[in-house]
Amino acid sequence: MTASLLSISGLSAVSDREGGMPILRDVSLSLERGEVRGLVGESGAGKSTIAKALLGILPRTVRVTGGTVQFEGRDLLTMPARELRDIMGAQISLIPQDPQTALNPGRRIEAQLTDGLRLRRGLSSREAHARALKLLEEVQIRDPQRVLHAFPHELSGGMRQRVLIAAAFALEPKLVVADEPTTALDVTVQKQILRLIRDMQKVHGTAVIFVTHDLGVVAQICDSVTLLYAGKVIEAGATADVLQNPKHAYTKALMAAGPRYDRPDAGLEPVPQAVFEQLRAEIGIR
Amino acid sequence: MIAVSILKRLLMAAITLFGVAVIVFVLLRVVPGDPIAMMISPGASPESIAALRAQYGLDASLPVQFLVWLKAVVVGDFGTSISLRRNVLELLAERLPATLELAIVALLVAVVLGGAVAVLGTLLRRTPGEPVVDTVNGLCLAVPDFVWALALVLVLGVAFPVFPLSGRINPGVQVDFATPFYLIESLVTLRFKVFADVAAHMVMPVLALGLPLAAIITRVLKEALLEAMVQDYILLARLKGMSSLRLVLQEALRNAIGPTIALTGVQFTFLIGGTVIVERIFAYPGIGNMAIDAVINRDLPLIQGLVLVFGALFIVINLLVDMLVVAFNPRLRHG
Repeated sequence: MTASLLSISGLSAVSDREGGMPILRDVSLSLERGEVRGLVGESGAGKSTIAKALLGILPRTVRVTGGTVQFEGRDLLTMPARELRDIMGAQISLIPQDPQTALNPGRRIEAQLTDGLRLRRGLSSREAHARALKLLEEVQIRDPQRVLHAFPHELSGGMRQRVLIAAAFALEPKLVVADEPTTALDVTVQKQILRLIRDMQKVHGTAVIFVTHDLGVVAQICDSVTLLYAGKVIEAGATADVLQNPKHAYTKALMAAGPRYDRPDAGLEPVPQAVFEQLRAEIGIR
Repeated sequence: MIAVSILKRLLMAAITLFGVAVIVFVLLRVVPGDPIAMMISPGASPESIAALRAQYGLDASLPVQFLVWLKAVVVGDFGTSISLRRNVLELLAERLPATLELAIVALLVAVVLGGAVAVLGTLLRRTPGEPVVDTVNGLCLAVPDFVWALALVLVLGVAFPVFPLSGRINPGVQVDFATPFYLIESLVTLRFKVFADVAAHMVMPVLALGLPLAAIITRVLKEALLEAMVQDYILLARLKGMSSLRLVLQEALRNAIGPTIALTGVQFTFLIGGTVIVERIFAYPGIGNMAIDAVINRDLPLIQGLVLVFGALFIVINLLVDMLVVAFNPRLRHG
C-alpha cells in the first residue's frame, strides 16, 4: 500500500468545556502529495479543529476520543512531543488567518522570516538573508530588500500575507495548512493571494489543506473538497464532481446560497430549514 | 523635529519646576513653625530675634522673599541652611549621590527580580506553580516599603544580624573617597573590601525599596506577557521550533514591556519618595533623611533646595521613561 501523505481516519473529538459535546464525528480524509484539499464548513463545523490537530495545537479543552492522524505513515496524535515538534513548522506549516496578528509587531520581517531557517536548518544569518530575499521574490514582493528591513506595521495586509506565505514555504514543508488565509483581506487582494498560494504549491509540489467557508474559493484552487457539518463529513470528492454534481441537499443548498456576481439583483438564498433538519437527523443530533 | 520636541520638554520642565518652587515657598510660609524660634535660646531679646530675621531675609514681604530667593537660585545660589549653617548646594551635592545610588540599585534589583518572576510565572502558566508565584507576589505587593524596612531590621538586623543596621559605611573602614558615589567609586577603583561594606549597608534599604516595586513589575509584566502569549505570532513562532523560554524572551517580551516601562517610571518616582522614610529607618545619609531633619528644624532654604532636587529628579525620570517607551516600540519611532 502506498501510503498517502496524510490520512485521517475515524477522528472523533469532544469539547470538555461544553460538557463533552462532540466536535468531530468519525472524520476520515486522505491527502496525496501535492494535492490541494478544501476543508469547508460553517463556523463550528470542525474544520479548524482538524487544522489544529494537524498542527499539534489542539486546545486543552478538546479531547480526542478516537481515530488516527497519519502523516507519512506515523500517527501525529500518539507521537512523542519532541518528534512532533520536529515535524511541525518544518514538514507541516501554517498560513494563518489574520496577517495583522500573525507577525510580531516588534521584530523586523527578516528576523521573523529567517527564524526557521536559522533554528531548524542551521543557516548562518547571511545564508538566511539570501534565502529570505529569494522567498520574498518568489511571493512577488517588489522591493524585497526594503521589506526585509521593515516592521510589520509598515506593510499592507496583502504584503503581510505574502510574507507569511513565504514563511510557510521557507522550509520546503510537505504539507501547508492554510487557515482561511484570505478572509481578513480585501476582495481584490484575495484573488491575488489565492493565485499565489496555488502557484507556490505547484512550484514546490506541496500538499495544501485549505480551510474555508467559501465554496467559490474551493472552486478556484482546490483539487478536492471535504464538506463538514457539526463535525461530520457530509460530502467529499474531487472539486469538479462535488460542485457540478452535488449529492447532498446541504451541498446543493450551500451552492445556491452564495452570492451571484453575474446576477447581483438576485438576492441571497438561505439554506432552507428542512435541510438542517435532515442534517441533524442524519448525524443524530436534536 | 526632535530638537523642537526636546525644547518643548525643557520648557515644560522649567514651568513645572517653577510651579513646584512657588507652591513649596508659599506652603512653607503658611504652615505654622518659625525657623528663628528653633535657633534662638530661650529668653532672647526681641531685638536679636529681629536681627536674625533680617539676616535670613525673613523680614521682607512674601513676594519679595520669593523673588530674592528665585534670583539667587537661577544663578546657582540656594542659600545657607539655617540649621546646619552651610551652603545648601554643597549639602545637596554631598547627600544626593547617596540617595541616587540607593534608589538606582533598588530599581535594578526590582527590575531584575520582578522581570524574572514575571517570566517564571508566564512559563508556569496553568501549572501548580502559577498560584504560588501569584500568591507570593500578591504578598509583596500588599506590604509597603517602610513595613519591609521594619521587618528586615527585625529579622536580618536583630534576630539574625547578617547585615549592618544603619549608615552608609562602617566607621571603622578607613577610606577617603574622591567622590560622594561610594559604591561606584569603590567598584571602579577595585577596592572590593570597601565595596562589600558599602553594599552590605545597602542590602536592607534596597530590599525595602525594591521589593514592592518588583511586585508591581511582576504583576503588570506577567499580565502583558500572558496577553502576548496567545497572539498568533507566538503560535507561528512555536511552530518554527522555538522553546517556551525563547518564545517569552524573544517574541513576547518586546511587545509586552511597553506598559511595564511606563509604569516602572512612575513607580520609580514613588520609590524615590519612599527613600525619605526608608533612609530615616536605616540612618542612611541621603537627601531623604536630610529632608526629615530639615522639616523638623523648619530649615526653609534647605527644604526648598531639597524639594527642587526631588522635582528635577521626577522630571528627568519621566523624560527617560518616555524615551525608553519609544525606543522599545517601533510603531512610535516615526513622527
